[in-house]
Amino acid sequence: MEIIMTGLASILFGAGIYNLLQKQLLRIVVGTVLVSHGAHLYFLTMAQLKRGAPPLVVDGVTEYTDPLPQALVLTAIVIAFGVTSFLLVLAYRTYTVNETDNMEELRGSDHE
Amino acid sequence: MIYAVFAPLIFAVLIPFLSRWKEKVHTGWLILPVPFAIFLYFLLHVGPNFEPHMQSVNWIPSLDISLSFYLDGLSLLFALLISGIGTLVVLYSIYYLNHKEQLGHFYTYLYIFMTAMLGVVLSDNVFALYAFWEFTSISSFLLIGYWHYRERSRYGALKSMLITILGGFSLLAGILLLTIVTGTTSIREMVGQADVIVDSHYFPFILTFLLLGAFTKSAQFPFHIWLPDAMEAPTPVSAYLHSATMVKAGIYLMARFSPIFAGDPNFFFILSLFGIVTLVWGSYMAVRQTDLKGILAYSTISQLGMIMAMLGFGTDVALFAAVFHILNHATFKGSLFMVAGIVDHETGTRDIRKLGGLMTFMPISFTLMIFGTFSMAGVPLPFLNGFYSKEMFFDATLVNSATSPFLEAFVVALPILAVVGSIFTFIYSMYLFFGTFTGKYKEEELPQKPHEAPKMMLLPPFILVLGVITIGLFPEVFNQSLITHAADAVFGAENNQDIYFWHGLVPAFYMSIAVVVLGILLYLTKSKWEGIYSVLPGRLSFNRVYDWLIEMIEKVSNKITTSYMTGSLRFYMVLLLTAIFAITLGVLLKTNGINFEVTDVAPITTQELIVATIMAIAAIATIFVHNRIAVILIVGVVGYGLAILFVFYRAPDLALTQLIVETVTVVLFMLCFYHLPNLKKSTTPLFTKGINIIISVGFGLLLMVIGVSAYNSRAFDSISEYFIENADPLAGGYNMVNVILVDFRGIDTLFEVAVLFGAALAIIAMIKLRRDKGAK
Repeated sequence: MEIIMTGLASILFGAGIYNLLQKQLLRIVVGTVLVSHGAHLYFLTMAQLKRGAPPLVVDGVTEYTDPLPQALVLTAIVIAFGVTSFLLVLAYRTYTVNETDNMEELRGSDHE
Repeated sequence: MIYAVFAPLIFAVLIPFLSRWKEKVHTGWLILPVPFAIFLYFLLHVGPNFEPHMQSVNWIPSLDISLSFYLDGLSLLFALLISGIGTLVVLYSIYYLNHKEQLGHFYTYLYIFMTAMLGVVLSDNVFALYAFWEFTSISSFLLIGYWHYRERSRYGALKSMLITILGGFSLLAGILLLTIVTGTTSIREMVGQADVIVDSHYFPFILTFLLLGAFTKSAQFPFHIWLPDAMEAPTPVSAYLHSATMVKAGIYLMARFSPIFAGDPNFFFILSLFGIVTLVWGSYMAVRQTDLKGILAYSTISQLGMIMAMLGFGTDVALFAAVFHILNHATFKGSLFMVAGIVDHETGTRDIRKLGGLMTFMPISFTLMIFGTFSMAGVPLPFLNGFYSKEMFFDATLVNSATSPFLEAFVVALPILAVVGSIFTFIYSMYLFFGTFTGKYKEEELPQKPHEAPKMMLLPPFILVLGVITIGLFPEVFNQSLITHAADAVFGAENNQDIYFWHGLVPAFYMSIAVVVLGILLYLTKSKWEGIYSVLPGRLSFNRVYDWLIEMIEKVSNKITTSYMTGSLRFYMVLLLTAIFAITLGVLLKTNGINFEVTDVAPITTQELIVATIMAIAAIATIFVHNRIAVILIVGVVGYGLAILFVFYRAPDLALTQLIVETVTVVLFMLCFYHLPNLKKSTTPLFTKGINIIISVGFGLLLMVIGVSAYNSRAFDSISEYFIENADPLAGGYNMVNVILVDFRGIDTLFEVAVLFGAALAIIAMIKLRRDKGAK
């Protein structure tokens, strides 16, 4: 199963990167979201899947799933959320100010 | 001693406070005691029974870098010049700069320089020496550019900095090699291992690097071009840095290392050759200048060349004369610069073509100038110190033994070149003196009506001229108490020379006479042969080379920068991703990191497969769908899919968080996308599209390879056991993930919250606060 999950994460990465390389702001934001999803899954997979019980202390259970990657991914999800919302609002403001969402048109002039 | 070195730097910190009262008390008065106290401190060491001593403070012991100050004869001579002339220059500057100037800056730079220069001549540790060395370059840059609103000042400052810092790097390379070869960072220990250094493979590099450092700093041909432009600095600075002290740092370096290099015949040849060429070229060019300070700048170049050449000769007489001339040059050139500054100050111009006949207006300056110029010209009079060292120089050019036919020709040419250079020195000295003070007085050409300078302004040059005369009249007093010790240090053994005025009818005497006679003849007929300058140098000039180089560097770097700083986000992404891809794959291949043998995996279940398939399809679909609402929902599918996977993988907290975050994200997307235009069908050219596909697919595959390989290679055991075991006993919680976040790694979480807070603030700022209120 881990191999399949790594493959899925790689597909998410690939699709995210393709979106990142586009010109439109919306696509770029979508790209970052997909890449971060991919990263979270990737991370969790690397720590082996489905080994033992959920990391909640229960009497008598000795085998737990590794809690450390979960803690890290939890942090990452929240940070990714912050980044995404920031990017979204930035895209919105950029569009209202410049009236374009095309990155090529948003390039600075040559003599800055 | 360490306090003496750092005193100026410490006082420099106070200068901003002192310069607040500059309207009432000129800042110069308040800080004048500092260099004077240092001067007195070093003066206490002077005497026939001087013994070198050392003081050391650890700085970076792990790198064997310490602030060890070693005071021997050579260092003492330099320290006295630095503090003594420093005192006079501060005094002089009080009248030269009025209180409307930014005095705080001026004196701060000057004091930084003073510490740096004292550090250079006292440091025994090569790295400390290098650090101080660079500080002299930087303070010189700041002082040349002191009148930063003048374009020429900025040009001169930049030029001096580029050239001297180039030499500084070269010096660093040289001392690094020296340290590697000898295994020590102390100059004295290096001198002890002279034969090891000369025999090592690196020796040619060491020699080249150190020579380059010395030549750039001491303005040797062809690196001399920065010194004339450095004359844009205020005159006190020119007198101090660019004639008496800093430009002699290169000479100091060569003198300090000459016991090491003395074993190599190339050292003699290169140093003498460059020195003598600089001497002739500098004095030849000086005659052509029209600016008083220009003449003095080229004159300094030529005198530095002369000292350099003497260090190259390496004989006891030559080294003695070199040290002696360092002292003499500082006294007469310092006074000349100051008088030139006075003339500039009182008449408003330094153009010698406009000056003339000032003798009656400025009798004291006139008198001071006589001594300075005649001493510089080497006129044989018993009260001029310049003559003594010049005669010793002539003497030194004659006693060389050659080892090859080529060197033999060089040795024969040396005295002739020395005489030619000295003839030109004589000519420009006379020109400088008579052109300024005698001849016709051109009132209409002068911006100001000339009058004598205030007495206190005349005092510093007067003291220096007094030095010229005293050394001339009583050379043995200075010899026994100071010069001998310095010469000993350079020669590496006892070096006792007697200084005579009258040597008898020896060749050196005839050379002096020839210089004076031919000099007078050529000076009187100067207008007839001046045309030679249009032939040589004519249009040839190292300045053109420098300007061309600078222009090319600017052009090329501009081209390189614009070639990758295109402003296109996509282009940056492509560059970054390609670089990451290439490096990661390269490392993987190089370390044989790829490993597809998978063992110990979880079983595959249908539910997971279904969710994974849906997610994969959804992710790929985002690329092809052009309806914005659809894209948002598809991204949502991926997110919720991930949440379900988290459930399968026994991560309840993650699943909960992911669900909430995904919901909020989709709502946010909707809110923003409502205002944004619809997605357009991609109009990118096929080629670009191809590249995009290659990069994305390539990256996906690379991550796949890394993931599988990493899964199979575990370098060490997981640290998770600790958290699993201690969640309840130590943190008192049952949910391990939560315990890790809020307890074991609490600080991390705090920062995470800070990041979110920052993002929230930025979002509020972007939506609510608008600078352009009128805009939409």
